[in-house]
Amino acid sequence: MTTAAVELIGASKRYGEVQALTGVSFRIDPGEVVAMLGPNGAGKTTSISLMLGTRRPTSGHVRLFGLDPKDVRARSRIGVMLQESGVPGMLRVDEIVDLFRSYYPAPLSTTDAIRMAGLEQKTRSLVKDLSGGQRQRLYLALAVCGNPDTLFLDEPTVGMDVEGRRRFIEEIGELAAKGRTVLLTTHYLEEADQLARRVIVIDRGRLIADSTPAAIKARVAGRRIAFSMSTQPDPSQFTGLPLTSTQLEDHNVRLLTNEPESVLRELFRRGIDMQQLEVVGADLEEAFLAMTHGAEES
Amino acid sequence: MSAAAATPSRTAPLLPMLVRQTYAEFIKLFRVPAFSTTSIVLPSMFYAFIGLGQAKQLMGRSGVTFGEYFLASMALYGVANVMVLGFGISLANERGQKQDLLMQSTPLRAPVYFVAKTLSALAIALLALIALSLLAYFAGGAHLTSSQWMTLFARSMICAIPFVGLGFALGYIAGPNSAPAVTNLIYLPTAFASGLFFPLALLPVFLQNLAPYLPLYRGANLVWDSVGAPTSGGSLSQDWLYMGVYTIAFFALALWAYRRDQSRKFN
Repeated sequence: MTTAAVELIGASKRYGEVQALTGVSFRIDPGEVVAMLGPNGAGKTTSISLMLGTRRPTSGHVRLFGLDPKDVRARSRIGVMLQESGVPGMLRVDEIVDLFRSYYPAPLSTTDAIRMAGLEQKTRSLVKDLSGGQRQRLYLALAVCGNPDTLFLDEPTVGMDVEGRRRFIEEIGELAAKGRTVLLTTHYLEEADQLARRVIVIDRGRLIADSTPAAIKARVAGRRIAFSMSTQPDPSQFTGLPLTSTQLEDHNVRLLTNEPESVLRELFRRGIDMQQLEVVGADLEEAFLAMTHGAEES
Repeated sequence: MSAAAATPSRTAPLLPMLVRQTYAEFIKLFRVPAFSTTSIVLPSMFYAFIGLGQAKQLMGRSGVTFGEYFLASMALYGVANVMVLGFGISLANERGQKQDLLMQSTPLRAPVYFVAKTLSALAIALLALIALSLLAYFAGGAHLTSSQWMTLFARSMICAIPFVGLGFALGYIAGPNSAPAVTNLIYLPTAFASGLFFPLALLPVFLQNLAPYLPLYRGANLVWDSVGAPTSGGSLSQDWLYMGVYTIAFFALALWAYRRDQSRKFN
């Protein structure tokens, strides 16, 4: 059995009153590309912090290459892109890449790291003058400059436009093709789909799914039926329907289902007065909602 | 699984890391005009305003001119100023921008970071000291012997050390918005009360009584002595002792503040 690149064993994390993570276990083998999905506040960033050793689990264990994540030997083999982390604005791009290279035993050349991140045009710019998307690219350059075995990318495409995001995904794909282990968190199912052969879904601090993107998509592929009613909707009007979630707010009704046709047929049969009827594909937030409800029922 | 421990794990050498980090910390400070200009120019400016007009005046029977005496005062003021502001404000800002978040997940060692910050601030302090000395020499007629110059530089830089600790402590206690106010509120009045701007004899009596307990006053005695000016009260060894005690106290405070910050953010 090879040593896992990353391993969580029953890891829980509590911040004061808030239980951010509850008994999460999984292992990531060298060379795997894994996407971690989940709505905001689900515990993705907390999971990453535990893997990086910047946070300690309240209970359970976390190992990086079989070592304590705080161990310098483990840290010397990883590259990291974090949400909301800052970098010194008064350094130039090449200066800060040079600085970060000096932290690692066998770094890439400064030119290579900057080229991989697609920042060649900005080599001599001050960090504070970079745009949001360029800053994300700088973070990528800083993550890869140590020539790491494993990359942790927390919401790497936040703040990028569509084109920037597409290029970025391609670059991550190339890194993965070279045998690097990649763990990324994202809001976007299609990003996970393009990059990863494995998806871990976290919601409210619990691991609720760990399988292929196709399997996850099959589970969350739902439709949202939304309409408003002239009278106050009554929950009893929607019992017995194949719904994964029901939301009633004032006169508005939002239903999630995998069988929109039969739900609509039944709603008409019950003579429910529907205005501004809409049937659209559920977005990811709603899909997660549906998944977690499913998890609670089973 | 036992192969885990045998995995060849290498780490980066520390000396090149320290050199890079020190260089980066230095240019980070140097490129902020609000910091570098005030740190390097301010002591010289005070010297020009206060010292030059009466530079030739003799201080009592010691044969030391006011220009020489005030050179020593401003040398200490300038060096300690860099430490308190350089650390206090830049650390607080870096924490405010969450720069520590990314640093924490790299193999950069905390001691390397702190030593680099100290060295870079010392370098800025040295620049301030050189600018001030050139002004005092050419415009203020401060003609010290070479051994006096050396003693002045050495003592000023040594006196910076307790203020490194104070700067760290302020940097971890104060927020990014309050840091400039807090550091100035503490530092400027202390400099006055220690007799760095006006001789103690001109200050209110309660300040004269307070001064002997202030680290800047003790440091001032050491630098005044280095240019041959008479010092008030106590012996030099007592001044060194005070500086040593302040060094330990400020570093203990800095360590406490650092640990408090770390356990809040990284626990």
